[in-house]
Amino acid sequence: MKKKFLGLLLAASMVLTLAACSNSAGTTSSNAANPNPGAQSTAGSAPENTPTGAAFKIGGTGPLTGANAIYGNAVKNAAEIAVDEINAMGGIQFELRFEDDVSDPEKAINAYNVLKDWGMQLSMGSVTSKPCEVTAVETYADRIFALTPSASSAAVLEGKDNQFQICFIDPNQGTAAAQYIADKKLGTKIAVIWKNDDVYSKGIYETFMKKAGELGLEVVSDTTFADGNDTDFSVQLADAQSNGADLIFLPMYYQPASLIFAQANAMGYAPKYFGVDGMDGILSMDGFDAALAENVMMITPFSATSTDERTASFVKKYQEQFGEIPNQFAADAYDCIYAYKQALVNAGATADMSAKEICELMIEQFTTMSFDGLTGSGMTWDASGAVTKVPTGVVIKDGVYVSLD
Amino acid sequence: MKKIKWSKTTGKNTMTYGLVILAYVVLQLFGAAGLMSSSLKGMLIPICAYVAMAISLNLTVGVLGELSLGHAGFMSVGAFCGTSTAILLQNAVPSAPLRLAISLVMGALFAAVVGFLIGIPVLRLRGDYLAIVTLAFGEIIKSIFNNLYLGVDSHGLHVSLLSDRTNLAEGGSLIIGGPMGIGGIQKIATFTAGFVLIMVTLVVVFNLVNSRAGRAIMAIRDNRIAAESIGLNITKYKMMAFVTSAALAGAAGALFAMNYSTVVANKFDFNTSILVLVFVVLGGQGNMLGSIIAAAALTILPEALREYADYRMLVYAIILILVMLATNNPTLKSWLDRLKSGRRKAKEAI
Repeated sequence: MKKKFLGLLLAASMVLTLAACSNSAGTTSSNAANPNPGAQSTAGSAPENTPTGAAFKIGGTGPLTGANAIYGNAVKNAAEIAVDEINAMGGIQFELRFEDDVSDPEKAINAYNVLKDWGMQLSMGSVTSKPCEVTAVETYADRIFALTPSASSAAVLEGKDNQFQICFIDPNQGTAAAQYIADKKLGTKIAVIWKNDDVYSKGIYETFMKKAGELGLEVVSDTTFADGNDTDFSVQLADAQSNGADLIFLPMYYQPASLIFAQANAMGYAPKYFGVDGMDGILSMDGFDAALAENVMMITPFSATSTDERTASFVKKYQEQFGEIPNQFAADAYDCIYAYKQALVNAGATADMSAKEICELMIEQFTTMSFDGLTGSGMTWDASGAVTKVPTGVVIKDGVYVSLD
Repeated sequence: MKKIKWSKTTGKNTMTYGLVILAYVVLQLFGAAGLMSSSLKGMLIPICAYVAMAISLNLTVGVLGELSLGHAGFMSVGAFCGTSTAILLQNAVPSAPLRLAISLVMGALFAAVVGFLIGIPVLRLRGDYLAIVTLAFGEIIKSIFNNLYLGVDSHGLHVSLLSDRTNLAEGGSLIIGGPMGIGGIQKIATFTAGFVLIMVTLVVVFNLVNSRAGRAIMAIRDNRIAAESIGLNITKYKMMAFVTSAALAGAAGALFAMNYSTVVANKFDFNTSILVLVFVVLGGQGNMLGSIIAAAALTILPEALREYADYRMLVYAIILILVMLATNNPTLKSWLDRLKSGRRKAKEAI
């Protein structure tokens, strides 16, 4: 009996300690160098919908925990870096709050509502596609401008005038990949392995197949996998091999791709591989032999090994603060914050404006301005919210990205 | 003796109805007065859906005494069928509440049919075996919806599996798009509809439990052999509870789906089944009021813990353990009982 009570007491004290040491962890990166202390004080107090007037409140949701946490954390970390840099420059000030949505639409709505109560003026949408589809409907109804760094499905933008993307929409990636393979004559017989319960993978697959048909590319093997059976690819690889495929197109994220490389290697099958932007990050994956990814080609808007000055400084900062090499998601988020800065400065917006006023200004700015970021220079947006930037093909040589062009 | 027992259950049932109505009225008043944060407002409908889910699962787990690990599967059937119905009726039925009601009924109907089909093989099993098979069926339902394509055009409905071969005519639209699920749903679910759903669920469950069939179901739970020996048709009564539970879960799923603009099959996976099971176990098996409170509390809790940021899920887990320990602590229990009997004595004295 006493033991049980002791257990209860111990557990209770654990909750209290946790509560004590994480009091301020909810809001991140609020104006380190900001001379106006007013911005910070509202973070902990009762929900307040009025802008503080000191800093623009930017909110975003993404998976900080769960299976997709790597993407959400990359976006959050990079956005923090960008916000800190901008706040240190003086001038426009930002306050960033990032909430966890576990890549679940239900949680994303909850997280969005928390941000709304906080008084969010500008939204970063959600990091992953499905949650962003639901939050986009909310930002549209509430007239809060949203610029998502990475939610790439077409449905995110559909029918909403205030929803914009930094990344390519999925259909564009499939088309671009097929075009690239055809133009560079990378393969004659193509195999496709895709994940049939994933919006991202399916979106790219469909447009790839369509474009491949138009361009006369021969797809000899078309196999799928799904959540739960994504560890053994021997059937898919054997199908590709027996059909004589010399190039495998992999519209997927890098975790399953890493297994495909390893298993094909074990089978003694060495086709060329072509991936899309989800493949980015494979080189920094824990426990992955980077030699297996040698000669893998992919389309990605960002390369962490680029010699570009801004990219280099961003990568250095990211590594110092978080001990990892930033992936493309991080770069998109960094661009997102800087695009906001440019648009706000151009529009002459002030932090005491309401979300609605800012929204109208932003729609006007984003459809007219051109933005240079880490993931492309001369980026422009059309009225639908889709971005136009040049996709670049890279190939991995000696563990670094080398441009295919 | 019998009379006292009856009044006790009736009293408890009335209290459950009363508390649900009270909660609804108070929340409506708060909403009207503008005192509710959008965070809480956004959670009201999911809470209603989860409460209905918990009550319906409690019928299987608490009353029938069989562990079901695939309850989210029925929710999924209800969500997809109900939402598809709502989309198809968009022009035919202009009134949103009526359309919602029809969709909930359709969701419940389809879930009941699926529940019946699954029940035929499953309910012949017992205990752990039954639990494992329901788990498998939950996954099968998820897989089916992940590969189902449903489109509509001027020629009617088109269905295809695995890949999109619906070949819709001009002006047609795809309703269910395989892994993409259903997108562009009109959000017609309302808190009032959720409240009505909970009330209907309660009425159905309480009436079933307090009927002749309900007593037969509980007899099977308590002693299968004895029940069989007095000539009860085991499979029939088991099926009755199982199908009712599935139908109610279907309605809850339809309500849940129509609160979001998109729904995907992966949402209704094993985790969701377990989540609902946690509501039931935490609230007490067979205790409907407990399920309601547990479902509401555990839906709000992770949101209320947002200020702990990184430690959120850890704190959530610890609180869960604490509550489980506390509710099963004999000292606390006897103390609560004493409090209860003390109150009753005080009441009698008045």
